[in-house]
Amino acid sequence: MLIRDIMNVLDAELLTGEELLDVDVHTACGSDMMSDVLAYVKDQAVLVTGLLNQQAIRTAAMMDMVCVIFVRGKRPDQKIIECAKENGIAVMTTTHRMFTACGLLYKAGLNGGMKVK
Amino acid sequence: MTVNSLHYHYDVPGDDFTRAGVASGAVKQILKQLGLNPETVRKMSIALYEAEINMVIHGGGGVIDIDIDDDKIVALVSDQGPGIEDLDLAMQEGWSTASEQERNLGFGAGMGLPNMKKYSDELEINSEVGVGTSVKITVNIEKSGEQRD
Ligand SMILES: Nc1ncnc2c1ncn2[C@@H]1O[C@H](COP(=O)(O)OP(=O)(O)OP(=O)(O)O)[C@@H](O)[C@H]1O
Ligand SMILES: [Mg+2]
Repeated sequence: MLIRDIMNVLDAELLTGEELLDVDVHTACGSDMMSDVLAYVKDQAVLVTGLLNQQAIRTAAMMDMVCVIFVRGKRPDQKIIECAKENGIAVMTTTHRMFTACGLLYKAGLNGGMKVK
Repeated sequence: MTVNSLHYHYDVPGDDFTRAGVASGAVKQILKQLGLNPETVRKMSIALYEAEINMVIHGGGGVIDIDIDDDKIVALVSDQGPGIEDLDLAMQEGWSTASEQERNLGFGAGMGLPNMKKYSDELEINSEVGVGTSVKITVNIEKSGEQRD
């Protein structure tokens, strides 16, 4: 699905990354712990998180992810948005909670990648 | 492509968590611009980022030195922090001394060192209690086409 479809599914507000709306993504990861994202993400393109800091963006960038979604209506400050711009990452915020946001995306066709061995 | 030994140096402040990862981000940009194989770039970026975050959270900040030559990238990440008491224990998945406060920043699952081991081709850690910790990460430069994994 496209990043613009994610926006619709989550009724989310795009905060930066207009130019990435037509990027096609297939897998996502939901976590507040960046340690786990770094250890377990393989080729997931989307990060769903409740962690509101620049490391959420930098971690996504390190993993070559293209979109970060903040749940529970969390609003990143300007520094976080700047960080995302520099790293070419689309950022959106949704009022859904983590479980619901992940469930909606899964139902819409995104998957989570492989099981942890 | 030939790269004749490039060096980069970064000072990483220990008192500003918002900047943790900035140096690793800059290195990733450089590696990408050199046109290195994406898997090579990813391996070094992740391992270095873990080391940089550790240096800020546990080591009180320090320095990063990067050397890039034809066949490998070497990152030396050193701090003068408290050091690691039991390195074997620290290398185990899930072992962490991170505080609740550090976990609220998104780190402290005890996965960083094992992950650095996984993504580097060579990992050398020297640590002494009360003196500091230095982590040397080596990633071999794989030419496109001979990608593994
Ligand atoms: N530079 C350092 N200085 C002092 N202690 C360190 C340093 N790096 C690691 N350690 C010690 O080793 C432990 C394990 O490190 P590791 O990176 O594996 O996990 P973590 O940083 O606690 O959590 P995570 O990396 O999953 O966010 C740390 O909790 C800390 O006690
Ligand atoms: Mg760590």
